Order: sequence, then C-alpha cells, then structure tokens
Amino acid sequence: MERLIFGDNQFFGINHMSEEKARAQAIRFQSDAAVIAVLDAALEEGVHAFTCTTHDRIARIADHVRAHPERYRDFHFYPGMPYAHKYANAVTEDGMLSALGRFMPGEGGVARLMRGGLSLARGDVEGIATFLVDAEMAMFAGLSTPVIFLQNVLVDLLLGLGAHDAFRIFDAHVRTRYGAEPGYMTMNLPHLLPVLERLGIDKPIVCSNINKRGFRMSGGIEAYARALERHRFRCVAMSVFASGAIPPEEAIHWVCQQPNIESIVFGASSRANIATTRALVARHWALDEAEVATAV
Amino acid sequence: MRIAVVGLGKMGLAHLAQIRMVEGVEVAAVCDSAAFMLGLLRGQTGLHVCSDYRAMLDTVALDAVVIVTPSKSHVAMARAALERGLHIFCEKPLTLSPQDSAMLCEIAAARGLVNQVGYHHRFMGTFREVKRLLDAGAIGTVSHASAEAYGPVVLRPAGGTWRSRREEGGGCLYDYAAHPINLLNWYMGRTTAVGGTALNRIFSADTEDEVHGTLFFEHGTARVAVNWSDESQRKMCTRVTIWGSTGRIYADRQEVQLFARSDARLPQGYHVGWNTRYTTELTPAAEFYIRGEEYAAQFEHFVSAIRGERAAAENDFASAAETDRVLALLRADAEEPRAAAVPARRRRLSIFGR
Repeated sequence: MERLIFGDNQFFGINHMSEEKARAQAIRFQSDAAVIAVLDAALEEGVHAFTCTTHDRIARIADHVRAHPERYRDFHFYPGMPYAHKYANAVTEDGMLSALGRFMPGEGGVARLMRGGLSLARGDVEGIATFLVDAEMAMFAGLSTPVIFLQNVLVDLLLGLGAHDAFRIFDAHVRTRYGAEPGYMTMNLPHLLPVLERLGIDKPIVCSNINKRGFRMSGGIEAYARALERHRFRCVAMSVFASGAIPPEEAIHWVCQQPNIESIVFGASSRANIATTRALVARHWALDEAEVATAV
Repeated sequence: MRIAVVGLGKMGLAHLAQIRMVEGVEVAAVCDSAAFMLGLLRGQTGLHVCSDYRAMLDTVALDAVVIVTPSKSHVAMARAALERGLHIFCEKPLTLSPQDSAMLCEIAAARGLVNQVGYHHRFMGTFREVKRLLDAGAIGTVSHASAEAYGPVVLRPAGGTWRSRREEGGGCLYDYAAHPINLLNWYMGRTTAVGGTALNRIFSADTEDEVHGTLFFEHGTARVAVNWSDESQRKMCTRVTIWGSTGRIYADRQEVQLFARSDARLPQGYHVGWNTRYTTELTPAAEFYIRGEEYAAQFEHFVSAIRGERAAAENDFASAAETDRVLALLRADAEEPRAAAVPARRRRLSIFGR
C-alpha cells in the first residue's frame, strides 16, 4: 500500500465544512478533463494511488486510464464501494426489493444475470453480495486495483445491524476473485476492529478519520488512540485535516506522530497543494523522495 | 432496555443499526411486512423478526418501540403501543391529521410515556447553535426568517412507493418541507396563520414536488421554499436565514454565520461583524456514527429520557403536532381558489392543438 493515497471527495462537491466550497468544487470539476488534470498532477508528484467511490463518473476516468496504459503504468485504483447514493435513491424510487432487482441484472452475459436473479429469488446473501461487488468492479476491468474498500456507510450499517458475516463474504470474494486486499472504511474504528478480529480477518486494512480535532472519530479520540496501540491492523488515516478545520502543518505533524498508521488519504485540487502535503508527510514521517512513492 | 423497530425500509434499517449501538439497548424484535427483508435479517443478524405488529406487541416484552413505517400507519401503531404503556420514537411526520396528533399527545401525556419524533435537524450542531444564539438574544427582535430545503429525491415521473402517493403521506410537503417548517416552529414559536401557499408539481402525478409559502407568527414572518426535485443538490440541503434588529443568522448543516451589529448582545466567543462556526467545532463525536451525528444524538436522547436521566423535551409529540398542524394549514391554503392577476384565457379547441 502506498504511503500517500489520493482521495476523490473534492471532485464530487463533498466538503464537510462549507456548502459554498463544495459547490465551487462541483463546478470546477464538472468536466472529466479537470479531474484528470489533477490526477496527472498527483502522479507527477509521485502519488500513484487513487481511492474513489464507484460513482458513474469514475467509470469514465477508468476508461481514460485504460486508453493510456503507458502514461498510467504505475497508477493504482483503490475503489471504495458502493456509491451509496445510487442505491439509496433507487430505494426511494422503487422500494427495497425492486431497487435491488434493478442493480442485479447488470452486464456480463446470461450466466451472471442468472446468478444475480437466482440469488435474489432465493434470498442468498452471499450470491447477492458477490454479484453486487462484481457489478461495482466492472468499471475497473483490466486496471490495477490492489486494494478494494467497502465504503463506510455500508460498513457501519452492517456493523450496527450486527450483520458481520457480510465482512467475511466481502473479504473472501475480494481475495479470490480479484487477488486484491480487502479494505474497510469506517467512522467507528474502535467498534469495527474487534469484530474483524472475531471473524478471523487478520491484519485488515482499515481506513478511518484520524485527526487532531477528533472530528468524526466516533467513540472519542482516546478510544482511537487505544485502538491504534492494541489492534493488529493496517491503518489508513483519512480526514486528517478535518475538512480544513486544522492547518496543514499542524494536522500532518500530529497524524504522523500517531503509532501504526501506514498510509494517509488526502484530497487536493491543485498540484501546489498536493506537493505541500507530500512534502509535509515526507518530513514528519522522515521519508525520502523514493520512500513516499513506494508501497509498503 | 428492550426496544422493537417497526418498518425496515431504508430509514428503518439505518435506525435499527443506530439504536442497536446505543448503550444499554437490546433490540428485542424487528417487524415488517416484507418477508424478504425479514428473512435477510433473521439469517444475517439473528434478530427476532415479526410480520404482525399487534402480535409482536402482545407476545414480546418491550419497553419502547421505534416506528419507521409509511406515515399513514403511524397513528394506529403509535396508539396501540401507547395503550400498552410503551415509550415511542416515531418517524416524522407524527400523523397526517392534526386531530390524530393531538390525540396521541394526550394519551402519551396522560400515561407519562416518553414520546419523540424524528426531526433530526434539531440534533445537528449548527441548527442547535442557531437556537442558542436566538435564545441569547444575539440578533435582537426577530422580524423574518427564510427556511429552505432542496434535494434530488424525485427526478422523473416514475415512482412506485408510498412516497409518491399523497394519501399515504407522500409528497414534498410531508416528507421534505416538514423539516424546515419544524425548525421554524422551534425558532419562531407557534404559527398563527399561513398564506400564499403554492404546492407545485414537477414530476409527480399524485403529489407536489415543490412547496412555497408564508408562515405568520405572533412576532415575525417566515418564508418556506422547498423542492425535492432539485438535481443540482447532491443530497438534502436545508438552510435557514433569520433577520433580527441587531443581526442576521445563516445556517446549513455545515456552518453557522452570524452577522452582528454593534448593539448586539453576544454570547461569549462572538464579536461584532461576521462570525463563522463550522460543524467540525459544533458537533461532538458520536458514540456510533452511520450517516450523521444527529441520528446517534436523537436516539441517545430518547434512551436517556426513558431512563429518566433527562426531561424528554426535544422533539416530543407536542412539538411535532405543531408541525403537523402547520402542514395541514399549508395544504388547505394551497387549495384555496386564487384570484389570478391576469384573467385566465379560455381554452379553445382547435385542430392545431392548444
């Protein structure tokens, strides 16, 4: 896993602090070319990993990357699925079962369609879940996806429901079908780690908010500190700037002092900001140029 | 504390996951009419599932129920639970008729049961800060407010769920506008009258997709503008702006902006001129987070009120009933015949169409 992973919130008008900023970003990045320009800048700064939701627009970015294999030889997608709004909106329109049915057929021929339809009819959870993962992964066919994340809304919903077996299904499917490392995004790190341990998922990749302010660190910042000390897992820190509430230097200095953090996810809209974050991380983790760009 | 969750749609599942993680809560049963969902939950979570609400009330020992069913069914379900002495958390709107809501308030009060409705905006850090500023008199005497909500719910004519059926409590007024109106009731008090209401259709055949109207209060007025067919929004966006004699407040879920005049009476930390407070500083971390700290906060409030650790003041049936009353006033006002400024042209039949 790369030490620095580029995030995608800025491309989709997601800003947890200001609607005005969010809209300005949505306007700025409404063309795919604007998104690609920033991804290229990240690549030039030595940031090779891009974690993104399985939003429809990402399919077009994936097409672009596929069309330029030389330029993106070292570029890796870390997909995060599902794009929850897509499903939530469908459920509002059609109701739960019809919405599920809408996503089950997908593409990929009769066999897959049969698999989806039969699973749905039988209430076969494993069949439905793996089918949906495959549907979300279709856009990345032929591209490098070393880590595949389950998005926090779904992870935390399953965690809250106590439907823990779904994590095992996801884990096994991602490993066997894609030869990738499964990852889990969560807003509830201290709750999730013991559950994954009980399921026998060893050293899972878990991505969670970790910032000096304790923003969206559910259960409190002390519980996170204990989790970082005690559990065997590969920690990816996100929201390290708390949506801009913490100045960059202070934010990176603090997060780099925390134990057992392997990678940092960050978003930026310009090459200058990417370079700044990269330099801060290199300095506070005492990494040289090559190490920043190297996977651990 | 033994709780049952009734209604396992999108909202119901999220509520189930949220309340299950509140300390001391045991989800003793879940209930829905959809066999598919019950089968899934029984298989994946081991929860006790029921398909008959009344049978569940008769057979499962409970302290409280969380009702997350389509709005039309709230009144009968809530009444049945109250009559069995159960505390209730009910999704909004409480009922579709002010009389029904008043009746539920009476029963709950007479029996001393905790009652709460899911107006979660009141548990958001920013909208709570607005209330605190108003109570502190930061903007002096309030003259006017504007409450808006926009979102991408109905973006095409299709739609086969209860949300598109007016008689079942579907439509933008009861589903969406209820939130900003509930905030206005919190900030401005009791609505004395409404006027100029327009319930416009954009895509829906049976209900409105847009709500515009004016609310009159004992002191001041407010405008409501709501549209659930607004694709420019990524998700629901609620905004409130309030003008007073010594300043102006703007708030959405992310931030509060206060402009204070030199004569404003300001709480500590605020100064004359522009002030901005972000959700990152106004919102303490939840114990368990799914889609927003406010959902955790509302259930923690509910559970602690049942335990008697605090007065069940926030979002009780009485305050939700006031919102139900305003919704009914708006609907009635929208149906009043309008005197058009320009006389309507008579339609003529023509082979060239209209």
